[in-house]
Amino acid sequence: MSINQSFLVLLISAAVLNGTPLLFGTVGEILSEKAGNLNLGVEGMMYMGGALGLGAAFYYEQAAGGSANGIVAVVLAILFAFLAGAFGALIYAFLTISLRANQNVTGLALAIFGTGAGQFIGEYMRVSAGGYVAISNALKDVFANSPFPAALRGLPVVGPLIFGYNIFVYVGVIIAVAMAWFLTRSRAGLHLRSVGESPATADAAGINITRYKYLATVIGGGISAIGGMVYIMTIAGCVWNHEGLSGEGWLAVALVIFCLWRPLNAIWGSVLFGALMILYMRLQLPFIPSQLYKILPYVVTVIVLVAVSMRKKRENQPPASLGNAYFREDR
Amino acid sequence: MHEANTPLIRLAKRDGMSRGKMWAIRAAAFVVAILIGAVVFLLIGNNPISAYGTILTGSLGKKTAIRQTVRIAIPLLGTALAIAPCFKMKFWNIGAEGQITAGAVGAAYFALFWADKLPGPVLLVVMAIAGALFGGIWALIPAFFKTRWGTNETLFTLMMNYIAIGIVNWLQGGPWEGRPGSQIIPQYDSAAVLPKVLGVHCGWIIVLALTVLMYFYMKYTKQGYEIAVVGESENTARYAGMNVGRIVMRTMFLSGAISGLVGFIVSSGADNTLHSGVAAGVGFTAITVAWLAQLNPFAMVGISALLAVLEKGADTLQTQMQVPASISDIITGVVLFCMLGCEFFINYRVILRGHHKEVTGA
Amino acid sequence: MTALETVHAIELRGITKRFGAKVVANDHIDLALDRGEILSLLGENGSGKTTLMNMLSGIYLPDEGEILMEGKPIAIRSPKDAYDHGIGMIHQHYKLVDVFTAAENIVLGLHDGKKLDRKEIARKVREISDKYGFGIDPDKKIYDMSVSEKQTVEIVKVLYRGADILILDEPTAVLTPQETDRLFDILRAMKADGKAIVIITHKLHEVMAISDKVAVLRKGKYIGTVNTAETDPQKLTEMMVGHAVSLNIDRPEAKYHDLRLEVKGLNCLGSDGVPALTDVSFQAMGGEILGIAGIAGSGQKELLEAIAGLQKAESGHIFYYPPHPKSDIAGKHVPVDKAGEELVGKTPTQIQKIGVSLAFVPEDRLGMGLVGGMGMVDNMMLKTYKEHPGPFVDRKPPKALAEKLIDELEIVTPGVNTPVRRLSGGNVQKVLVGREIASSPTVLMTAYPVRGLDINSSYTIYRLLNEQKMKGVAVLMVGEDLDVLLELCDRILVLCGGRVSGVVDGRTATKEEVGLLMTHVGGGKEAEDHA
Repeated sequence: MSINQSFLVLLISAAVLNGTPLLFGTVGEILSEKAGNLNLGVEGMMYMGGALGLGAAFYYEQAAGGSANGIVAVVLAILFAFLAGAFGALIYAFLTISLRANQNVTGLALAIFGTGAGQFIGEYMRVSAGGYVAISNALKDVFANSPFPAALRGLPVVGPLIFGYNIFVYVGVIIAVAMAWFLTRSRAGLHLRSVGESPATADAAGINITRYKYLATVIGGGISAIGGMVYIMTIAGCVWNHEGLSGEGWLAVALVIFCLWRPLNAIWGSVLFGALMILYMRLQLPFIPSQLYKILPYVVTVIVLVAVSMRKKRENQPPASLGNAYFREDR
Repeated sequence: MHEANTPLIRLAKRDGMSRGKMWAIRAAAFVVAILIGAVVFLLIGNNPISAYGTILTGSLGKKTAIRQTVRIAIPLLGTALAIAPCFKMKFWNIGAEGQITAGAVGAAYFALFWADKLPGPVLLVVMAIAGALFGGIWALIPAFFKTRWGTNETLFTLMMNYIAIGIVNWLQGGPWEGRPGSQIIPQYDSAAVLPKVLGVHCGWIIVLALTVLMYFYMKYTKQGYEIAVVGESENTARYAGMNVGRIVMRTMFLSGAISGLVGFIVSSGADNTLHSGVAAGVGFTAITVAWLAQLNPFAMVGISALLAVLEKGADTLQTQMQVPASISDIITGVVLFCMLGCEFFINYRVILRGHHKEVTGA
Repeated sequence: MTALETVHAIELRGITKRFGAKVVANDHIDLALDRGEILSLLGENGSGKTTLMNMLSGIYLPDEGEILMEGKPIAIRSPKDAYDHGIGMIHQHYKLVDVFTAAENIVLGLHDGKKLDRKEIARKVREISDKYGFGIDPDKKIYDMSVSEKQTVEIVKVLYRGADILILDEPTAVLTPQETDRLFDILRAMKADGKAIVIITHKLHEVMAISDKVAVLRKGKYIGTVNTAETDPQKLTEMMVGHAVSLNIDRPEAKYHDLRLEVKGLNCLGSDGVPALTDVSFQAMGGEILGIAGIAGSGQKELLEAIAGLQKAESGHIFYYPPHPKSDIAGKHVPVDKAGEELVGKTPTQIQKIGVSLAFVPEDRLGMGLVGGMGMVDNMMLKTYKEHPGPFVDRKPPKALAEKLIDELEIVTPGVNTPVRRLSGGNVQKVLVGREIASSPTVLMTAYPVRGLDINSSYTIYRLLNEQKMKGVAVLMVGEDLDVLLELCDRILVLCGGRVSGVVDGRTATKEEVGLLMTHVGGGKEAEDHA
C-alpha cells in the first residue's frame, strides 16, 4: 500500500516536472492560435528560449561571481527566454500578418530557423566557455528546487504533490489560469477570440485585427519559449541538450489540440503528457513495449482530434479562421 | 484635410505582374537574405566573404563535395514533388516526415529479412514498392478521416510524423535491433543498397525522372486537372461529378507513396540502414521548397539544390572555420523568410500617403 | 464653405474608389443624408452602392474626395472611426461570430470596462430590444439562429453602439414579405426617433414603400437624387439603366409540351442532417419554364441537386421521360431504357449523359459551376473531361467551344485562358449558362441566373432560357425576384420549409398569393409561428 502510494506520488511529481515545459509551450500557442495564427514554429521558439535562458543565467553568474542572486537569475532566464521567443514570433507575425505569407510554411521556416539558432547559440556558448557551460550548484538548486519552506515540503503526500515542485510549475499554472480568465472573462479576450473566429466580423466591429494578432503571436511566442528554458534549466540540469529538447515544441502543438484550445485543460493535459513521456521508465507493462509509450501523447492527440471532428460540437472546433491571412479589401 | 483621410500605408491587390519582374523580386529577396546572413557572420566574428566562399567551395568545389551536395538535394527534391499535388489541392499535408519514415520501414523490412531470398534487382524493386506502399498508406489514414469527418489534416499529419518516428525508435531498440543493447538496426546487405551512378546513388535519376513526370501529371492529365479543380473549389468538383473524397485519398496516397519512395532511397542509397532520423527534417524543409517553387516541379530542382549547397557548405564551414554547422539552418531560415516575404510584393501594391506611385521590391 | 450652405448629417463629396488599375467602382460621387429621413440608394448590381457605403463604414478607404459630418470634414479610417461618428452598417452578409452568443456579438469591439459583465450587457440588450420590439435572447448562440434573428442581432448591435446613422445593405434579400413588412415598421420607428437611415436595394417596390428620397447610381457614377413622392418605378428604372427600357419579359408559347420530369414523394436531408426536402412531388414539362420560389434555404438547392444526382435522396422517385421524338433536342443524348426512367440512385455523370443539366449559380457565383482560378478552356471541359479516352486531357474541343461562346454570346475576356474570376459578373454568367446550353440539355436547371447582372445581361439570359424552352427543353429556374418569376415562368412551384406549398400559374398568380405560399404550406399552421 505504502509502496504503491509513494510510487504514485513519485510518478505524479515526475509527470508534473516533465509536463511543465509543455504547459508553457501550449499556453503560448493557444494564445497565438486563438487569434487565428497557427504558429508551427513552437519547436524553434522553444530552442531559442532554451539557449537564451541558459545564456542569461550563465553570463549573469559569470558577471556577478559569488554574489549571484538566484532569484535574479531566474527572472533573467525567464526574461531572455521570453524575448527570444517573442523575437522569433515577431518574424512570423511580420511575415504572416503584415506580408500575408502562408502560415504553415512560415511556421515551418521558423521551426528550422529557431532550432538552428538555438543550437547555434548553445554550441557557441559551449565553445566560447571552453567546452562546458557550467552553472554553480547553488544556482542550479534555485532553478530545480521548490521555493517553499522545508516544513511544507516535508508534509506527507501533500508536501511533494503540492509544495514540492520547482518555481516554474507555479508560474506556469498561474499563467494558464490568467490566460483562461483573459480569454473568457475579459473584453480584450472576447475581441481576440473574434479575430481568430472571423476577422471580417472583428474588423467591422472596429477591432484592430493587426494589433491583436501581433500581440497574441508575439506574447504567445514568448510564453512558449519560456518552456524551452524550463526544460533546459530543470530537466536537462542547466546544460544545453538539444536532443532532449527536440520534439518538445511539436508535443506542445499536439497538446493545444488535445486540450481543445483551453488553457485550463492544458494544466492537467500537460501533466498527462508528462506522465506519458516518462511512463516507460516507471511502469513496465508486458504487452506494450516501453519505447512505444513515447508515441502515446501523439496517439491520444490523434484520437481526440478525430473524436472532436466526429462529434462536431461547435465549441470544440479549432478557431474558424485558423491558418488564414486577412486582407480587408479582399473581394 | 485630404491627407488626414488616408493612413500612412495602404495596400491594394495587384494582378498580372510580368514574369520577369516577379523573378527579379525573388532574386532581390535572395540577395537580401544573403546580406542578412553576412551580418550574422560579422556578428560572430567571421569574414562573410570568406565564409560564403567556404560554403561555395565546400559544396561545389570538388567532385566529392558535389556528390555529397547532390545526396542532400535528392530527398529534398523528391519530397517537395510529393507535397506539390497535396498543396495544389489545398490539402495541407505536413506529414511528409512521417511518410518518408514509414516508407523507409517498408523498404527496411525487405532489406533486412528478404535480402537472401530475392535476387538483387528484384529485391530493390520490392523495397521500392514496399516503401511507396507504406508511405502511401501512412498518408491515407489522415486523408480518410479528412474525407469522412473533416478532421483537420494539418494537425493530423503532423501527429503522424512523430508516431512513425516513435515506431522506428521502438524497432531500433526492440525487434529489429542488431547487436543487443546497441539500439541500432544492422547495415543492409549490399544487395539492398542502391547502385551508384556517377558517384552518387542512383536516387538522383529517380527524382529527376519524377520531376518530369510530376510536371506532366499536374498539367496534362485528368487526375492533375481534378486535383486543380478540387483545390479551387470542392463544390465545383462535386458539381462536375467528381468524387472529391476519392480524389483526396488518391492524391494523398500518391503523395505519401512518393515520400515513401524517398524514404526507400535515403535508407537504401544514403544511410544503408534504418534509423529514426531517416527523414531528418526533410519532410518539413521540402514543404518550404515546394511552396517557394510555386509548386512548379522544375523550380523545385533549383531551390532544393540551393538549400543543399547551404547545408553541405555549412558542414565545411564547421570543419574549416569552427563555426557550428547549425549556421546552415539559420541561413536557410533567413532565406526562407525573405523568399516568403517577397511574395507579398508580387501580390500586393503598397501605396504610401501622398504618393500614388507603387512601391515594389523587397 | 459659406454659412448659407445647408448642413447635412452626412455629406459625401467627390468620392472615388478604384480596384486595381482598371475598375473604378465609384467615380466622383456626391451624396447627402439628413436626420429623420430614409434614403434609398438605388442601382443595379455592380453600380457601386455597397462600395460607397463601405467607405462610410470604414471598410474601404476612398482614393479621392471627402466626407463631411454636420458640415465638418471627418476621416473614417476604420470601422471603429465609423462607430465613433455614430455610423453603423448592417452588411448583406452578416458579420457575426457563429460560436459567440448574441450578447457577445453585440458588445464586440466596445471598450466600456475591461471585464466582460455578461449580466449588465444582457440587461442593456433587453432594454433596446424592448424599445423597438425585437425580442431576442442575449444568450442564444448565433449558429442556433434563423436568418431573420441574425439580422435582428445586427441591428441591435448597431443601436447598442448608439449609432444614429444606419446603413442597411440589401436587408430584405433573405426575408419573407411578412418579415420585410416588420423590418420596415422598425425602420419607420427609428426614423421617427430622429435617426438617419440609408437602405441599399435594387427592388423598386421597396424603394417606393419605405424611402423619403432616392439616390441613384449607375456604373459607379452618381446620377441624381429625387424625392420618392415625385417619382415612379418607370422613371427610376430609366435613371438606373440610362435609357428607357421595357420592363416586360417575353413569355412565348412552345411547340411541344410534354412530360419530362416527375418527382414523387422526394425526401432529402440537408448537410446538417435535418430534413431539407419533405415529400416533394411535382411535374416539369418540356417546353415550359418552371419557376421555383421560396425563402432562401427552403430546399431549392437540395431539390436541384437531388435531380442532378449530387444530393442523396432518402426516399422517393424522380422519373425522367425522353423528349418528343420530333423535337429539336430528341436523340442527342444517351437514350433511356424506358419512359419513366428512375434518376434516383444514378451518378451525376449518368444523369448528365441523359441530358439533365444543372447551371447552378450560388451566392458567390464562382463557388460552384465554374472554377474561378481557371480560364474558359479549362472551365469548358469541367463536365466533359472524362469523355476523352486515356489518362490525359484533351484541350482542343473545349478551346473551340470557348471561342465559339465568346463569339456568339459576346463574352468580354482578354483571352480564353484568363482566369474567369477576373471577368465581370455578366460575362461569368454567360460562360456558365453558355456551357450548359452547349451540351444541348433536355432539362436545364438554373438557380438565381441573373443575380448580380445588369439589366442588359439579365435580358440576354432570359432570352437564352426562352430559346431553350422553345426547343422543348424543360427549364427549371430558382429565382428570388417574384416580379421576374411571374413574368417569365409558365408555372411556379413554391417551396416552404422543404415542402411544396403550392404550384401556381405564372400568367394568373399574384405576388401576394406567392408570398403567402412562401411562408405557409397551404396557408396552415405555420402562419401562426411567423406572426
